[in-house]
Amino acid sequence: MLLRTAWRRAAAAVRAAPGPRSEAPARGLRLRVVDNAPQSAVPSDTATALEVESVLRPLYMDVQATTPLDPRVLDAMLPYLVNYYGNPHSRTHAYGWESEAAMERARQQVASLIGADPREIIFTSGATESNNIAVKELEAAIQPDTSLVSVMTVNNEIGVKQPIAEIGQICSSRRVYFHTDAAQAVGKIPLDVNDMKIDLMSISGHKIYGPKGVGAIYIRRRPRVRVEALQSGGGQERGMRSGTVPTPLVVGLGAACEVAQQEMEYDHKWISKLAERLTKKIMNSLPDVVMNGDPEHHYPGCINLSFAYVEGESLLMALKDVALSSGSACTSASLEPSYVLRAIGTDEDLAHSSIRFGIGRFTTEEEVDYTVEKCIHHVKRLREMSPLWEMVQDGIDLKSIKWTQH
Amino acid sequence: MAASSRAQVLDLYRAMLRESKHFSAYNYRTYAVRRIRDAFRENKNVKDPVEIQTLVNKAKRDLEIIRRQVMSLKSTPAVGMVSRTHIPRTGAALRNLYLPGSSSQVHIGQLYSTDKLIIENQEKPRT
Repeated sequence: MLLRTAWRRAAAAVRAAPGPRSEAPARGLRLRVVDNAPQSAVPSDTATALEVESVLRPLYMDVQATTPLDPRVLDAMLPYLVNYYGNPHSRTHAYGWESEAAMERARQQVASLIGADPREIIFTSGATESNNIAVKELEAAIQPDTSLVSVMTVNNEIGVKQPIAEIGQICSSRRVYFHTDAAQAVGKIPLDVNDMKIDLMSISGHKIYGPKGVGAIYIRRRPRVRVEALQSGGGQERGMRSGTVPTPLVVGLGAACEVAQQEMEYDHKWISKLAERLTKKIMNSLPDVVMNGDPEHHYPGCINLSFAYVEGESLLMALKDVALSSGSACTSASLEPSYVLRAIGTDEDLAHSSIRFGIGRFTTEEEVDYTVEKCIHHVKRLREMSPLWEMVQDGIDLKSIKWTQH
Repeated sequence: MAASSRAQVLDLYRAMLRESKHFSAYNYRTYAVRRIRDAFRENKNVKDPVEIQTLVNKAKRDLEIIRRQVMSLKSTPAVGMVSRTHIPRTGAALRNLYLPGSSSQVHIGQLYSTDKLIIENQEKPRT
């Protein structure tokens, strides 16, 4: 008790008087001061100790936007950031050779995750660049009988798994190129480019607990798929993507793919268990909640729920202790409801009230329980404030209302 | 080399759990503890000594990874979660963060050291 009051007094003093650490930039959101261990009793250290300890960050439930680095991935990358800093395209010295060896090892790791040959993997700066290369390929080979089918393997907004194997079968029988953006699927569901007859595949590093700024494109060699380079220069990556390959980043991507291959089954079990827990708890405690997306062909880690009579943005702001999103990060700048939800036929009002919960490898049961509890509490509170909810409780059918035109 | 005994495996298990608890990041800490428990539990009935040795070697490598990561990530501020309990508890950990003169500060380069450069082995002329 006494320590806590001393702590609070010290905290107030630090904030009042500008000290050496007060200029430190605010790291993330400052939510509330946390009470700390007995270290606070040491007077000379309190000033510096306080600043860093008093921040509480929100829980992270937005894995579709990006994922944290797995420690095993960082461990693989660090030597290449500190000591083995050679250019992998230098052919004349050990720095280049060791860097190139690491790059080729990473290529093998990525290839083995998707059942491809390492010669079919080209490193890029991310799935977006890979998508651009794949689609530009269409323009490079325009003829009446060629075309390209491009499909997302797992949707990033509602988590639906597309029937890739079936689409691949149709495309190969009609001699049409098949590209899939597998950013959200690689390392999470089993993928084999030969079984699914995929010709082009985009892979993103930061969706599979790897570093940001790196990705890969899988380009089939048998039968050969010709692509045109987006970036021209020194002819690296078989001329398909010039530019020095960033060794630390690709080593990270390779390590992430290897870890994903080992952990795929375990992660899937854990994520399914947590997803089940989250949806059951929310749907049992709240009425009028809709899960968007086909429940059968669904990747469990991406749960998109629409809470009727509650505005999505206001719920997101209320859930300030949890990092969530409504709809995808890449289209978040616009205010329109998600095009995906509109495409699956969701009503306008339900589309506006959708929230996406992301569950990943590092999510804990406690985080899910906390999120569920806060979500239920705030949805109830927001519904209490909503006149639409009141009308529904009185038995009025909202669709029958004639809103007056102004 | 003799195959790993039950005692050695248990020691390894305890060492890994102990090290994992030093992760300052809540998510890494909880994942490591859970994964280690589940992995050892899953493989507890393996009888083939060669397979046991492979698993033990992998676990030893993972233990080293945890040790390095715990040390190198100590220099980032603790990202405490909304629950209050997960903040570096020990005085040593906190002192490492804040006192620049602290002797237990480790530069990341030291954890990922490589062979010395050729020039470091030569006798330096004394001026």
